[in-house]
Amino acid sequence: MNITTFISKRTLVPGLITLILLLLLVTSPLYAPAYTLILLTVIFMYIILTVSWVIFSGPTGYMSLAPAAFFGVGIYTAAILGSKLPLLIVVCIGGLFSVCLALLVGALTLRLRGIYFAIFTFGLVMLIAHLLLFWELHVTGTRGRFVIAVDHTTVYYVMLGILVILLLTALFIRHSKFGLALQSIGENEDAAAHTGINVTLVKVITFAISAFFIGAAGAIMATRWTYIDPFIAFNPLFSFMPVLMAIFGGMGQLYGPIIGAVIFAYLEEFLITRFPYYYMLIFGVILVFAILYMPNGIVGLIQKWRKGGQAGEDAGT
Amino acid sequence: MRVLEGERVTRYFGGLAAVSNVDFHVDQGEIVGLIGPNGAGKTTLFNLISAAIALKSGVIRFKGENITGLKPHQICRMGVARTFQSIKVFANMPVIENVRLGSLFGTSSSMSPVDATREATGLLEFVGLSTVRGTPAKDLTLANQKRLEVARALATKPELLLIDELMAGLNPTEVAQAMELVTRIRDKGITIFMVEHVMKAIMSICNRIMVLHHGEKIAEGTPQEIATSRKVIEVYLGE
Repeated sequence: MNITTFISKRTLVPGLITLILLLLLVTSPLYAPAYTLILLTVIFMYIILTVSWVIFSGPTGYMSLAPAAFFGVGIYTAAILGSKLPLLIVVCIGGLFSVCLALLVGALTLRLRGIYFAIFTFGLVMLIAHLLLFWELHVTGTRGRFVIAVDHTTVYYVMLGILVILLLTALFIRHSKFGLALQSIGENEDAAAHTGINVTLVKVITFAISAFFIGAAGAIMATRWTYIDPFIAFNPLFSFMPVLMAIFGGMGQLYGPIIGAVIFAYLEEFLITRFPYYYMLIFGVILVFAILYMPNGIVGLIQKWRKGGQAGEDAGT
Repeated sequence: MRVLEGERVTRYFGGLAAVSNVDFHVDQGEIVGLIGPNGAGKTTLFNLISAAIALKSGVIRFKGENITGLKPHQICRMGVARTFQSIKVFANMPVIENVRLGSLFGTSSSMSPVDATREATGLLEFVGLSTVRGTPAKDLTLANQKRLEVARALATKPELLLIDELMAGLNPTEVAQAMELVTRIRDKGITIFMVEHVMKAIMSICNRIMVLHHGEKIAEGTPQEIATSRKVIEVYLGE
């Protein structure tokens, strides 16, 4: 009845594409060259960062610049525990430490709105990086750490696994009543509270969910880097990239941030290899033009194009 | 039975006593009006009751239970719903979703999504918004957005509804419709506490009226008593 028509009409085609894509990705270590796998791993990482960011900041409108903090916590978890515990457990612990940080920060600061929240979360990244540096210089007397290396196929599979779980979580949140509550907070937080929504709890939980995946991604990514220090781990770029990728892709649909992250990650790799000295410059120019001419991102462009194709006379309205 | 009761309710903004030592009560099944000049503290009193802001001192009780210090969502789930003077709809969401949110989150016992939709559909019919159920809330007229706020508040199944200036900015026809809506809500068994500036409406539908001035209660009584009170005429009704 209802459910079958729902499945056949709205989810069959995208579902089939996703399934084929997933099969290709799962089997690619069998035939793809190592370079492709490593590139894909980086792309997955960026998708994880971006989609995690969008889970919280998309509907609520709270501009979080904390991803680098959660990512760094994951990285340091891997550096400290990597040689002592099995990989998957380290990844989970990396995620859980990030959750703890998110719960603490969320409970303290989610009453801040707008630019204040953005600045605080960014300050958090800097604070942790400098505290760690201080600790390493004055207490342990070291600078940086080595991370136990893991072969790239394992890293690839773990990253893919995190990505799949994340996407399922994001889909579930979007279509649940929890997602509706999140959206209402973005629309009007006061009204949401007076309509019976425990806005603080909803915000903190979502912030923590988003932190989990970023922390887990950090923990697995660290094993590829082998050496880390506070400023590699807590690099503010990992706070800005998800925001830019999400804006570039468009946040209206779940596939927007994914497309944004894929294109951006690939572009970064392409530019770094071809134009190692000018890559940031070119990157910046592309970004400026993208934001100027595609305010709703790629999703906005696609929707505009679809509308134009569907009904000529309705175009532009 | 007293649904709502406040004792020596006080709130300062800096040095200004926005609401000071106000005693009030609302009985079951009543429509109580709250009037007063601009800045008298009417909306502040509503904000205190619904926990949008905290009391400095005093006690507020709902059905005999102390609700001072609770969070807005807890107050809502206990059965006190409100609308806002400055419209606060979920602008980009469809009308029906605005109301469903109330059913899904605001009721004391949780409701399944299907029941919430049914409930919301019924309420949209009740307030007369059935034809625009799929429209984004921001595209409604002012009068309809105010009705939508009422529907969203009713979706939380309140026993007491705080209505903040439902009729401000409406034309005479819309005011008449709004008055009729308020009496229909009362007929459902919901007690109403309303701030209103439209005197005709207040005088004709309220059982009792409270007058605030500079944060203090200066009069209370039936519409007849208020309309003839010397003090009220001096500070509010003019001349």
